[in-house]
Order: sequence, then C-alpha cells, then structure tokens
Amino acid sequence: MGNDPSYTNQKFKVIGSRVKRPDGIDKVTGRAKYGADHNAPGQLVGLFLRSPHAHARIKKISTARAEKLSGVKAIITCDDLPDLTNGDTEARDILENCMARGRALYDGHAIAAVAAIDEKTAKKALQLIKVTYEALPHVTDVDDALKPDAPVLHDYIYTTGVEPKPKTPSNLCNVSEFGHGDIEAGFAEADVIVEKSYKTEQVHQGYIEPHACVASVSPDGTGELWVTTQGHFSFRSVCANLLGMDVAKLKVTASEIGGGFGGKTHVWTEPVALALSRKANRPVKVVMTREEVFRASGPASSTSIDVKIGAKNDGTITAAFAALRYQGGAFPGIWAMLGAMTSFACYNLANVKALGYDVVVNRPKVAAYRAPSAPMAAFAVESTMDLLAKKLRMKPLDFRIKNAAKEGTRASYGPVYGPIGIGPTLEAVKKHPHMRARLKKNQGRGMACGFWFNFGGQTCTDLNIATDGSVTLTVGTIDVGGSRASLSLIAAEELGIPYEQVRAHIGDTGSLGHNDMTDGSRGTFSSGMATIFAARQAVEVMRARAATMWDIPVEDVVWESGQAKATGKKHRKLKALSLADIAAASPNTGGPIAGHNESVPDNAGVSFASHICDVEVDPETGATRVIRYTVIQDAGKAIHPTYVEGQFQGGAAQGIGWALNEEYIYGDDGRLQNPGFLDYRIPVCSDLPFIDTQILEIPNPHHPYGVRGVGETSIVPPLAAIGNALSNAMGVRMDHVPMSPPRILKALAQLDG
Amino acid sequence: MPMRYETPSTTREAAALLENEAGAAFVLAGGTDLLVRMKLGHIEPALLVDIKHIPAMSSITHSAKGTRIGAAVSGAELGEHKAVAKAWPGVVEATNLIGSDQVQSRCTMVGNLCNASPAADSVPAMIAAGAKAVVVSRLGRRTVPVEKIVTGPGQTSLNKGEVIEAIVLPARPSRSGDAYLRFIPRTEMDIAVVSAGVNLTLERGRVKTARVVLGAVAPTAVVVPAAARAIIGSRLDEGALEKLAAACSAACNPIDDKRGTVEYRTKVAGVLAKRAAKIAFQRAGGA
Repeated sequence: MGNDPSYTNQKFKVIGSRVKRPDGIDKVTGRAKYGADHNAPGQLVGLFLRSPHAHARIKKISTARAEKLSGVKAIITCDDLPDLTNGDTEARDILENCMARGRALYDGHAIAAVAAIDEKTAKKALQLIKVTYEALPHVTDVDDALKPDAPVLHDYIYTTGVEPKPKTPSNLCNVSEFGHGDIEAGFAEADVIVEKSYKTEQVHQGYIEPHACVASVSPDGTGELWVTTQGHFSFRSVCANLLGMDVAKLKVTASEIGGGFGGKTHVWTEPVALALSRKANRPVKVVMTREEVFRASGPASSTSIDVKIGAKNDGTITAAFAALRYQGGAFPGIWAMLGAMTSFACYNLANVKALGYDVVVNRPKVAAYRAPSAPMAAFAVESTMDLLAKKLRMKPLDFRIKNAAKEGTRASYGPVYGPIGIGPTLEAVKKHPHMRARLKKNQGRGMACGFWFNFGGQTCTDLNIATDGSVTLTVGTIDVGGSRASLSLIAAEELGIPYEQVRAHIGDTGSLGHNDMTDGSRGTFSSGMATIFAARQAVEVMRARAATMWDIPVEDVVWESGQAKATGKKHRKLKALSLADIAAASPNTGGPIAGHNESVPDNAGVSFASHICDVEVDPETGATRVIRYTVIQDAGKAIHPTYVEGQFQGGAAQGIGWALNEEYIYGDDGRLQNPGFLDYRIPVCSDLPFIDTQILEIPNPHHPYGVRGVGETSIVPPLAAIGNALSNAMGVRMDHVPMSPPRILKALAQLDG
Repeated sequence: MPMRYETPSTTREAAALLENEAGAAFVLAGGTDLLVRMKLGHIEPALLVDIKHIPAMSSITHSAKGTRIGAAVSGAELGEHKAVAKAWPGVVEATNLIGSDQVQSRCTMVGNLCNASPAADSVPAMIAAGAKAVVVSRLGRRTVPVEKIVTGPGQTSLNKGEVIEAIVLPARPSRSGDAYLRFIPRTEMDIAVVSAGVNLTLERGRVKTARVVLGAVAPTAVVVPAAARAIIGSRLDEGALEKLAAACSAACNPIDDKRGTVEYRTKVAGVLAKRAAKIAFQRAGGA
C-alpha cells in the first residue's frame, strides 16, 4: 500500500530540491507590493461606518451633513447596492454582509461607507452620518442560539435536513448527517463507552496583512480591482455579479498576500470599494484596520460538540457518534457539515454517525480557516479517543493504530479510500525518538491525528518560452506558501532546464481563464498538474519546431534532458538542439513557443497527519509551555521540501495558539471586547518551540508525481494533541478551548477539591 | 484648529505651555501610548509638549545618596545603566518589560506611570522601591510618592500645568534586593494579568524592612502592608511566604475582564508575590 513502484522509482532532477523562492528577496527587502502598496492617480480614501450593536433595526441613516463636507466625494449605503442577486441566496448573504440592509446583524456590520480626498475628511464624514437604531435582542453563543427563547436572526431560515419540515423559522439552518452502519447495535456490542461534551471558542486566522484594495470603475462600465486575495477570479465573479457588471469587464489583479489561511477567500470591503468608485468616479483605496479585520472579516466558528465512542475490550471500536454544533456567524454556512464529515475520517469504523448542526448567531460571517471546521471536531474526537484508550488500559497510540483507516476503508463521510497515510504516520510516531524522550515534573506528552480532504478545482496555466530560452510560467492560483518556487521546479523538471531559467508569475484575470481560489490545499497540486501538461504541450511544439529546423518528420524527434534529439541512423549527424536553440529560431519557425493547460484536476488526494506534543504546566499559574512538538504528515510527494515543512510548521503554530490562548471574547452587550493583537493572543516567536517535521510520501495515484495537498491538515491535530498532553501532565481533562491559564487553574483547583 | 507641537528646553517652560493651553494638552515623551491613542482617534490634542529636549529630563544620576531618572529617559537607556540595574534590578527589569525592543527604545517610566493603567509594569516596582516623583509647575516643585500619582484607571493627581521631571529612588542600604514579576499568557509582548513587586532589606539574614506592591488587581497599584509584615523578621521560610501570599490575595480587588478572572488574579497575585519575594531575598544576599 502506498508504495506503487511506478511512483517510488521515479527519478527526478530538480523536484525535491530546496531552491530559493523567487519572491524571497522582494519580500525581505520590502520591495514586494502587498494589498495596501498600490496607488492610483486621483485616488480617494474609503472608510466604513460600522454597527456598534450586536443586533439592531436600522431605522434611518442620515448622510446629508456628511455629504456637504468639503472633500467628500461619495457616500453609500445599501441603497447604492441594489439587490441584483435574483434568488441566489448565497450571493444575497454576501451582499447583505458587505453592507447592512435594514438590520445590523453583528457588532462591526458595515452600515455606510465614505470616499473622501483624505483620511481625516473621511473620518469626519463618518462622524457626521447619523444612524437611528432600534436595538434588538441578540445571541452570540451557539448553544444559546438553539434555545427555544433565543432571538431569531432571520425569518426565512427554516431548518433543512430534518423531517418534518419545521413550521417556524429558527437559528438552526441545516442538519447534515454522515456515517454508515447501525450505531445503536454498535454501542450494544461495546464493552466500554465514553461520552463527553466539548466547547471551542471562536478564533481568527490572524493574517498579518489586513484586507486592502484599490477599486477603480470607469464611466464606460469597465473596472479594475487591485486586491490582496486568495482568489482573484472568484473575487471578480462575485464583485461583478453584485454590481451588475460584465465579468470580463472587471480586471482583478492580485497583490502579494500577507497571509490568508482561508480568510481571504471571501469579499468584505471590495464590492463596496467598487461601488464607492463608481459613484465618485475616482479610484478608491480601502484598507481595513486591525479592529475591522477582527470585527468584520471572517473568523472560524465557535463550537459545541458531543462525542460518544464505544469499543470492545480488545480495542476494536464498535460505534462512534458525534453531534457537532457550529455557528457560522450571522449567515448560514456549511461549517458544521464539514466538521461532521471530517470528525471520524481517520478511523475504520463499522458503525458511525456524525450530525452537523449549522447555526446562525450575532457574530461576523464565518469564513474558511485552514482545514475549516476540522480542528474542533478533531479536538472532541481525539480527546475522547484518549479517554477511551485509558479506560481500555491501552496506549492511545496503539488504540489508534488498531482502528486506523486504510486503503479500502469506507470513510465515515462516504467514499472508499485509496492509498492513504494515516497508518504510516502512526507507525512513524511509534518509531520517532520524540516518543521515547524523558519527561520531567509537570510535563506531559500527547498525540493526536488529523484529516483534511484537499481540493483540485478549475485551473488554467500558460507557459511561454522567450527567444533566449528563459521560461515564463503564468498561473492563476495565488502563491500563499511558496508555490511559485514549486511550480517553477515542476516546469524545469518537465523541460529539462535549470530552475533559475523559469520565472513564475501570478497572472491577472485578463491574462488567463478562470482559476479557482488557492484553498483546499490546491495551489501546488492543481497548478502543478496544469504546469506539467502545459510544459508537455510546449515540448510537443518544440519537437515540431526541431523537425522543421532539421526538415525531418516529427516522429523522428525525441525530447530528452531539455534537448530535441533526432533518432535513427540516418539523422546521426544532426546535433541535438537545446531548448534555447529552438527558442532562438522560433521567430522563423512559426512564432512564439507556448504551452497551455485548462483542466479540473480532481482527486487531490486526502491528507493525514499525526502530531506529538510535550507540554509543561506551571501548576500555580496554569501557564502552559509547549516544549517539544513533532508533525508527521503525508505529502504524497514533496516538490519543495522546505515549503512543505513550512506548511507543517505553520499549521502547528496556528493550532498551538488556538489551543492555548486565542479566543473572541464577547461582552453581555454582544460586542467584541478584544479586536486587536494585544488581547487576541496569537503566539509570538518565543511562545513556540522549534516544530520538528517528518514528511512521509505515500503517492497520490491521481497525480503524475504523486503530489497531495499539504497546506491544511497540520492545523487539525494540535488542539487535541495539546489537550491530551495536558491531561497526561496534570491529570485534568480540558474540555474547553482555549485551554487558557484561568481555565487550567480552575480545573486544577477542582481536581484538588 | 491645527495641533501645536512644542519642544521646550526647560521643565518650567514645559509646565507653562501646559498651563496656558486651553484645549487638550499632552506631554510627549516616548509616545508609545500617546501616538497610538492619537492614531486610533481616541484623542485629538490641541497641544503636544515634547519633553525630550529638556536636559534635566534626559539624564540619569546615580550616587550613594540616591538615584534620579529623568522623565524622558527611555527604558533601553535605563537598562543599559549598570549601576542602577545593580542597585535596583527589580525596578529596571519591570521597566524593561514594557512592550517590545522597539518600544523600549522610546518608552519611559514616567510615561508608564502617567498613562495610569492598573497593569503598568514599572509602577508596582517603583512603589515597592519607595520611589518619588519630582513634580514641577510654574509655582515651583514638589516631591510626591509614586503611589500618590495614579488615582484610578487613566486618572492622575497631577494638576493642570504640572509635569513630572524625574523619578527619585532613595539611597540603597546594603543587603537590599528588589524584584518584579508579572503573569502574561504569552512570553512577551503582553500586558500583565496580575503582577507583584517586592523590595526588602536584610539584617543578620532576616528581613528587616519590606514593601510589597501588587499590580492589575485593583484600579491602582496596591501597597500591601500586611504582606510586608508577614515576612518582616523572617528568613523567608515557607510559613512566612504562605502568610505573604494570603495577605496579597486578601488585598486584591480585581475585576473579571478579557484578561483574567477575579478568581485567577486573586490566587496568582499571592503566587507571584511569593516568587518575587524569593528573588528579592536572594538578591539581598539572603540564604
């Protein structure tokens, strides 16, 4: 399993090498242009007025005084964004989230926006806009939102996925169910059953670069948008649809991105910036403050999860059940569904059922965050797995190995797995020296597993060869983690030329066909596939050009090591032509040489990881230090191992922050109390140990090199790995994330008492 | 009205500027709090008085009689002053905990004091040290114990036209030590959830005098005489330390907020006071 020799015997020249990234120097010298670095002639400053209420009816917005202020060029409210969504409820939700329509649904919801000649004027104008609100009862907790007396956010949400169809609206949008077998029978067979409930608080992706864009709409109906995004083609479609523009008439250029992690897959200010520009007839720049990013972009769900797992005395799991309640903010989402799908994906289960409850509350609209919804589900399931192992007197690792999914296992969310990495990562844990390292007083070790689907999606890539033999690779997937280096390696491998001869660019929406966003760990997988096929097409062109140059049949030309060679004795005097030779002759042999690929590379290859974590707890303050951390993950094939390791480490670092300190704190008034990095505590460098990594390569049979997506799975296990380590260190089972010092000290006190 | 920015060269001149301004007037030292508040739009000053061009505010003098630290002296400058760091390691460490390295090159003890946050790091250490503030106005100067400066969150006892010129630390007897500890959920770049400063002097191996001060457990830093009494006369044995911790917890009057709970702050105040006392004791040469 996972050792298909057609993959493992592949000999690569540059794939797998650790070359320098092409965007490195610009990024460390400050030359790289991020979202806020672009400027346009005559540009205005766009600012937003945001709701101070968690839930309110907007009775009146008076903009007259602000409009009279000198320097104000446009003020817009929802009246300037007519609803053109024509029954598309998802688009309608995006429109209402970008600008409130009669109701403020969360603290920070945009109410109006101003474009003015400078920031000072724009700020003054915001102060002059008078909004009359009628405060409404609000709810921010996912469990409270499901109570019968909870204020109902939307009168049009009738729970789907349940029979009979409810007669009254509620905050429960949808119930999704995954699994197979008969869990009642399975639990009846069990010798030991563990049942426990968990809560996790809301977290933000914490990208360092705030959302920023420059929008420019011309009176002729064309427009341009410069923006920091994970998907400029998607932003183009969404913005054009909301504004009633032709998609092809809006050109979107993606800037360098200062982190996204899913949060930049969604539009927030961009449609409004375009609407401001259209009204003012001037370019408008909008840069969110950090406070706005926290209050009004798209954090991850807070959750409440019940898990029940039963096993026989020999450690075989007989049944597993989870009920997962996720809030999606003020609009319906699929977050609980994703949690339900991923919750038991690591295990081979005869009887399994996961129910996802998607709930709306008065909080910002949730967006994807790196393996969205999986970390919370893994926290609940993997904590319960440890509890059950303890009851069975088994080592948690052995218990997991015994029940791990393998090739042929029917996944709890439906499909049957091909070759997968969960078993190999667990075996690697067993062999890892970390597992045998000595622990001191107040220290504990834990481990946990994680899963993510990965995604292929629409892809369109161009490869152009210049007459000097250098190669331009133009892709439409945003580079969030070093993909330009990986894709250049792939082009170099296929063409048989040095890496340095390839230059990769992210094309704007005018230069390529539609590309889906860089999400689902798809950048290197899907654009890599497209690059392989584009390069192979260019090779075919070069074979034909060589045949023309030699005046021999193309069948007599082969491509080897970056050269065209004539085969057969009659051509033995013909000296091989290099890529550069053929490129130099191209003006006279048919013009530019290029390769293209348009495709939907499916089967991105599921990804599994197992993490090991050591913590040390100060029993008097409840402070936890992660003192050693190891990530073991299947990459299929690591194109650029350094950036694969970087993804492993980055996900673990974010997971550690989530586990220990990060949380949205809402007051009783429904307002966010910590919209800043001082009190929303992402880890600083000194909070983290060196995160050790081990790359496993179980080839994905659906990719020519065996590549799997690697970007997301690494954030899935840390919450549970740390919870399990804490439990082993202190004897307390933490069921509420973040496992912050006050919560730990309280749990320790209860243990003593 | 555009904002005025002034750079007086004497403390008296600074005081006069502040007194004569009808609008909102602020003293600018490092600006690590002030400029952030201005950028966030929380304040719109009519006048900024930059004190960094006043020689009397920009120097440290240290002798057997005591230590005088100018109001414009940065945290980094203080940290590099070896003699002060040796005499008052707790005060210097506390000041050096403010912000990041970048912030340290700008921030000042007096700025930290006058910002009047209950969680200010340098303040409990200064109070434990018996520090006094030299307050200057048009009418003259007065010397005020540091604990009398802050009256509540964001509030000070300074009158209009008054400016602090320097902090004065008393002469340091031999066999003395001080220490300051704070609890933060991260390892750096954070604000104290609860903190404790301890300053003590030994005589024949026993604590002769002590001052114990807590931060972030009440609207202002709290001097805890009962905690000092708990260790005076002792060799800092376990029993004395437990009494110290209990006295500290009893003196807490904290709030539940985004940074910590009442329960947590009350308990950890005692823990930190014990730990700070042990360090101070060791620094004083205690066994």
